Amino acid sequence: MVRNMNEKLSNILEEAMSQINASDKLDRLNDIRVSFLGKKGELTSVLKSMKDVAPEDRPKVGQMVNEARKQIEEKLEEKKKVFEEKLLEEKIKTETIDVTLPGKKRMLGHRHPNTITLKEVEDIFIGMGYEVVEGPEVEYDYYNFEALNIPANHPAKDEQDTFYITKDILLRSQTSSVQVHEMEKGKLPIRMIAPGRVFRSDEVDATHSPTFHQIEGLVIDKNITFADLKGTLQEFAIRLFGEGTKVKFRPHHFQFTEPSAEMDVSCFKCGGKGCRFCKGSGWVEILGCGMVHPHVLEMSGIDPEEYTGFAFGVGLERIALFKYEIDDMRLLYENDTRFLKQF
Amino acid sequence: MDTSLSWIKAYVPDLDCTAKEYTDAMTLSGTKVEGYKEFDKNLEKIIVGKISKIEKHPDADKLVVCQVQIDEEGTEVQIVTGAPNVKEGDKVPVVLDGGHVASSHKDGESENGFKIKKGKLRGVESFGMMCSIEELGSNTDMYPDAAKDGLYILSDNPEYKDAKIGSDAIELLGLHDVTFEYEVTSNRVDCFGVLGIAREAAATFGKEFKPPVVKETGNSEDVNDYISVEVKDSALCSRYTARVVKNIKLAPSPEWMQRRLASVGIRPINNIVDITNYVMEEYAQPMHAYDLDRIEDKKIVVRRAENGEKFVTLDGQERTLDDTMLMICDGKKAVGLAGIMGGENSMITDDVQTMLFEAATFDGTNIRLSGKKLGMRTDAQAKFEKGLDPNTAMEAMNRACELIEELGAGEVVGGAVDYYPVKKESFTIAYDPDKINALLGTDIPEEEMIGYFEKIDLPVDREKREVLIPTWRQDLERMADLAEEVARFYGYDKIPMTLPESSATMGGLSEKLNLENEVRDIVEAYGFCEGMTYSFESPKVYEKLNLKEDDALRKSIVISNPLGEDYSVMRTSALGGMLTSLATNYNRRNKDVRLYELANVYLPKALPLTELPDERVQLTLGMYGVGDFYEMKGVLESILDILSLRGTVEYDPNAGKTFLHPGRQANVIYEGKVIAYLGEVHPAVLKNFEIGERSYIAVVDLMELISMDKQAVKYEGIAKFPSVTRDISLMMKKEILAGDIEKAIRKKGGALLESYELFDVYEGAQLEEGYKSLAYKIVFRAKDRTLKEEEISAVMEKIFAALEELGATLRK
Repeated sequence: MVRNMNEKLSNILEEAMSQINASDKLDRLNDIRVSFLGKKGELTSVLKSMKDVAPEDRPKVGQMVNEARKQIEEKLEEKKKVFEEKLLEEKIKTETIDVTLPGKKRMLGHRHPNTITLKEVEDIFIGMGYEVVEGPEVEYDYYNFEALNIPANHPAKDEQDTFYITKDILLRSQTSSVQVHEMEKGKLPIRMIAPGRVFRSDEVDATHSPTFHQIEGLVIDKNITFADLKGTLQEFAIRLFGEGTKVKFRPHHFQFTEPSAEMDVSCFKCGGKGCRFCKGSGWVEILGCGMVHPHVLEMSGIDPEEYTGFAFGVGLERIALFKYEIDDMRLLYENDTRFLKQF
Repeated sequence: MDTSLSWIKAYVPDLDCTAKEYTDAMTLSGTKVEGYKEFDKNLEKIIVGKISKIEKHPDADKLVVCQVQIDEEGTEVQIVTGAPNVKEGDKVPVVLDGGHVASSHKDGESENGFKIKKGKLRGVESFGMMCSIEELGSNTDMYPDAAKDGLYILSDNPEYKDAKIGSDAIELLGLHDVTFEYEVTSNRVDCFGVLGIAREAAATFGKEFKPPVVKETGNSEDVNDYISVEVKDSALCSRYTARVVKNIKLAPSPEWMQRRLASVGIRPINNIVDITNYVMEEYAQPMHAYDLDRIEDKKIVVRRAENGEKFVTLDGQERTLDDTMLMICDGKKAVGLAGIMGGENSMITDDVQTMLFEAATFDGTNIRLSGKKLGMRTDAQAKFEKGLDPNTAMEAMNRACELIEELGAGEVVGGAVDYYPVKKESFTIAYDPDKINALLGTDIPEEEMIGYFEKIDLPVDREKREVLIPTWRQDLERMADLAEEVARFYGYDKIPMTLPESSATMGGLSEKLNLENEVRDIVEAYGFCEGMTYSFESPKVYEKLNLKEDDALRKSIVISNPLGEDYSVMRTSALGGMLTSLATNYNRRNKDVRLYELANVYLPKALPLTELPDERVQLTLGMYGVGDFYEMKGVLESILDILSLRGTVEYDPNAGKTFLHPGRQANVIYEGKVIAYLGEVHPAVLKNFEIGERSYIAVVDLMELISMDKQAVKYEGIAKFPSVTRDISLMMKKEILAGDIEKAIRKKGGALLESYELFDVYEGAQLEEGYKSLAYKIVFRAKDRTLKEEEISAVMEKIFAALEELGATLRK
């Protein structure tokens, strides 16, 4: 009986294996599964015929049936995998795309070159512990001139071609006015930069604009020296224009600093060899600076015997124009998107 | 301010440097040289030659063939020339084969000059060129004896007649010289004169400074018999000196003086005029010469003009004066506009016999303002404006009289009239080497500092540690000024570079600046590019924007001295700038333009201004092309979302903006406060700005956003229990606002309402005329349980009831 069963099972197994091997697609495997292992399948029918088997042989036969089922299932699974891999391979083959076609872009906005440049400057000074502050653009004469050691009728007032609203109120001609506001707060030490709009009565052309931006810097503390001014601004120049940038300080005159200086940086186009851009000198004038004039400190209630400080003023557009090699300042205020989208 | 190197060398004879060395060293010691011109830059192999023989050119009527002797030994070369003024025996400048000249007869001046090579002119060989003054890079202003058209005949000038043949003609003519252009800072009044710069040059190069030592001048007569001076306004004229010169012999001034004047751009005229100009350049003290015979009553009166007084200046122009201006008068009439220009009625003419020299000190501010009012700008005025040292006036006067005698230009009358009621005195400044070193961050020995002071003629009292400040250095007021003198001669470049080592400070941006950057990020993600426009506006923009007569935006601050009407008021909104920028882009056919500006607006508290206005930064957005009202609204919603402004937002269509489409505008109300508005630009306004596409704008007051309470973001946990969604479709009259529907959903939805979303808006054929349909997805959820059907139904009933009250019915 058992042998009989054994033979029958081997036959079924052999038949199943050969059918599986001969199958040519995934669907066929399912048919084979149903015909052998399904409710009415051949193997199932063997199990159903267990009642004809002697009780002592039943476990043995059961085991044999299960063994056969396991083998069929494994074979089916193995074959299924082969089919699936083949299918996937075929699918992938048909899905090749041209990766050199353009990407789908979102229309993103661009920041103004002035703002990008300002951010670089701000980051440098914030890293050195400077606070970024602002002051009013419509300003009292006192803050723009008098408190900066430029008294009424001083020729320096004329030099700046200031716009006036009333006798005492004007459009600030320099961000230096913010120095005074900061000093008047009475909180020392001070390390600040003050970016902002300034106004001068210049007709519009490629290098002039009645509106432009400056960045004022002010440090006031005990024991601040001219050497500190030089060191700080050298650091600034190197970080802004790159390693290897050289700086040169020349004596100059500003009413609100003493000693005063102008700082040149080695031309970032030719590296200091001299080119058309730097007019052959190898240097580009970049900012004015100096030690805060003791009288300016006194006027803002700071004792010049105890505190010293330095101040500097940079033209934002000047840097932006140099950096991006923009040859006409008017482009900055025209807002042609073909210009703005380049930054 | 210009000087030639040779003029500087007249006072610093040992100075020996190239133009480049001079430029660099002077700039580093504080006298900035802006540029220089080398007269001999393109002059090579130019010698004194002598024309020994002239023959006709065989084939050209206008050319002659010359034999020119080029050395003492008698060597001759053949040169063909077309110059009209050649004659045998003349000495002329000759450029030899392979040499260089600065300009060519045919092509004018050139950056790199012209090389002269032997060649053939109409078949006849020529081995060089005989030169005109222009070919030597100069002109007849500097060399008045040179022919205006033709060769420079050196032998016609007695000074050059005996020049050695073959010697350097450039040397002979003093053309191995350089003119420097300086940028003198306004504090260094002394450096507006050649002597001041020469003193700096001597100190910079460590050479001796030898200023002119002025001799006593004058005959035995007394000037007081010729003239008296009365100054009626000593505030505007702190000193007035006068001397008289008689028996004037007008003549050209000598070569050296003419050349020095010409080298700094002053045209030589005659000895008297040249002397006044020469002394002005030398001492930075303007002088004036009057024809004394035309001065009535032997009297000079310095007074203010009368309002409306007319005066003809020596340029022939009639000027109308006012009572702030200072006049020089005689006993009867005005003869000069003080410090600016003399009068036609007293000017020196060819038949002058006796003259009055004036060297005075006028108030700089007054001269500046008078010149400005009259629209005049003279050399004298430019010097007076700086505020001159009155002690220089008499020095300059005496120097001028010395030159009169030296040049034989006339007979100087003895004595001087000197009105000088309050003498300006020198004073001292104490110095402390430790403090100077502490300020500079240096370690300079005291003796070295003293050396720097002394070499610029600042006497030092070592005992008292004081520096005596001469009156011509009025810029030196305190120790910080002395520190600068030390620093610039020690060398700014030698001062070390350190970083401040004192207290630590916290760096960073203010809340406002951080907010601005956040807003930039958001709007740029929506495709808006940052623009910048002027803070000025034209008052015409109000009409272009269709503003009503009483619109608050019309209350703008007016600039008293604007660049023109288009820039005459301060903007109260950035709309004008934005629409102009959109128009610029439209006009240039740029597609799908989106711009934003973070613009300050200036809102006066009262007009005219008595205090500073309210300066507010506004985000102004503008766009045309792809996108509509709702796109713009989405930008505003994103801003509120990203900034964590999660309070109640309402959109009020009654914004009342006359520049926006009346049916497509809204105020944005956050927690009851208007923080922004948006809308489609009114078609009439679009036309005014010449924009041919529908455009949308939005304006957000960032200052309002800063003041808003931001909800602190707190993590809420991802929902564990499922949500229940109900879709409803509502029908209502068109006028009913979605905002009101949503308000009702929010209110009645209560705690279980998680979110709602409008997913469809329909108007059209399937609906009754004048009706629309809105479809919402409403989501409910509880944090602690799965919601039961009955709970949701109860809430939905409440919502339906409220919606029905609004006039919305459920579409089945």
